[in-house]
Amino acid sequence: MTAYDVIVIGGGPAGLAAAVSAYGEGAKVLLIEREAKLGGILKQCVHDGFGLIEFKEKLTGPEYAGRFIEQAAATGVETRLLTFVTKIEKIADGFVISLVDRSGVSSVAAKSIVLATGCRERTARQVFIGGTRPAGIFTAGTTQHFVNLRGKMPVKKCVILGSGDIGLIMARRLSLEGATVEGVYEVKSTPSGLTRNIHQCLYDFNIPLHLSTTVTRCFGNDRLTAVEVAAVDEKMRPIKGTERIIECDALILSVGLIPENELAESIDVALDNRTRGPICDQNCMTSVPGVFSAGNALHVHDLVDYVSDCSRIAGKSAARFAKTQSKPERKLTQAAFDKNFLYVVPQTVDLNSDLSAVSVYFRSGYDMKARFVVRVNGKEVFSKRYSVLKPPEMEKVVLNLAEALKDGGKPEFALEDVTKLG
Amino acid sequence: MKEFVCIVCPNSCKLTVDDDLKITGAKCKRGDDFAVKEMTSPVRSVTSTVRTVFAEMPLLPVKTASEVPKNKIFDVMRALAGVTVDKPLKTGDVVLTDVAGTGVNVVSTSSVIIDG
Repeated sequence: MTAYDVIVIGGGPAGLAAAVSAYGEGAKVLLIEREAKLGGILKQCVHDGFGLIEFKEKLTGPEYAGRFIEQAAATGVETRLLTFVTKIEKIADGFVISLVDRSGVSSVAAKSIVLATGCRERTARQVFIGGTRPAGIFTAGTTQHFVNLRGKMPVKKCVILGSGDIGLIMARRLSLEGATVEGVYEVKSTPSGLTRNIHQCLYDFNIPLHLSTTVTRCFGNDRLTAVEVAAVDEKMRPIKGTERIIECDALILSVGLIPENELAESIDVALDNRTRGPICDQNCMTSVPGVFSAGNALHVHDLVDYVSDCSRIAGKSAARFAKTQSKPERKLTQAAFDKNFLYVVPQTVDLNSDLSAVSVYFRSGYDMKARFVVRVNGKEVFSKRYSVLKPPEMEKVVLNLAEALKDGGKPEFALEDVTKLG
Repeated sequence: MKEFVCIVCPNSCKLTVDDDLKITGAKCKRGDDFAVKEMTSPVRSVTSTVRTVFAEMPLLPVKTASEVPKNKIFDVMRALAGVTVDKPLKTGDVVLTDVAGTGVNVVSTSSVIIDG
């Protein structure tokens, strides 16, 4: 059985960045990918807008992935493609990972693991829509896979439910390829996707966005023939009398992403019910020592640039963990955050580890003008003003908490809503 | 007065151009440039795919090397529909020159990787 310092599971942007940075710390690294090519979901994201932070230029998904694939190829990171992880077992000084590939089943060992398994789309089964269950109801990502990787058009005239970014991007993509997008329907009163995507993907193509409106029923036997939409009240209940029937051959869902953590759960990694990813510390280490989480498996990001950024922390930390013989005891303290946040990552900090550059990622619970404040033992140690915070747009700050936490205590995060103060 | 949302970066700045053509709301200079272009001759990058003869990679992702006039977007798409790539290309290689008379080239955004 081949032994590695670090094994990275998942060859998308998170896994690539983690593998490269782990290798940079002198670790022997294996990167495992279940598909035939590296790059993850970026392979099918042929649109541009990636890399403005990471590379200071506007790249398409394949170009962004290509740069990291080149970086990985220039290192001694070993890669196994078309390889699927079936099991992870904890042993005395690390982990044994069971694999299946075209040659059969095998095992490899690692001192630490980075879980870079990405996220999955919420499906039709996970949102409540009445009516029949014909063909023609699929997620935006599935549509993107068909159109951009296989060259198949699964749609002539469609309705999009949900205003997530992939749905908006696909509204434009399908319009360019000659399909009719009747409209985008969002049950919430505010859009989920980035404002610029509402403009460049919908308004540029005269596609209407209907807020506080949802799909209530599907029609059709073999193939979808129509959907019923209705306006909803403030409790998201359909309002009687507002129903409208729209003829279409497809209903495309862009109703949210969920971190993929089946492997993490199999080894008892504790999850956060807000992010639905692992609870981690400032080094991206989960509740299980030696298991690290990176990218969209940790929490769903809106920009790949931040995925790369946080995955480098995970990769570097995993390498250092693997290379340290006598591991210092972790001294975890739970961070506190108020109800104005949707979530804050990391959820814990390890007081026995470096605290001089703690990357904190957060989302607000609703649209607000705010002051972001960090206190330790009641004393303010950091603050930053934001003219606008929106749940779809993640924010990042890097904090030096070394001095503030040198005698213990816990960081307390607050979002003071100053919208009314003007 | 006219309002735009800047699409240059994810900040999505809300831009206002007043009657004296004064631009406000941009967090950086690229926003001012965007507003001027939107007022005079709006342009967009086009990203899409073209067919290939390779079974492992039936489509190659492509983009316009720079922006093209907004009203030429569908002309660009029609031109791309007629392209079939029959040799391995690398990221940045030209797929089509002077697409739809815009003077802009269409380039590959991926390498055609064929594994034996």
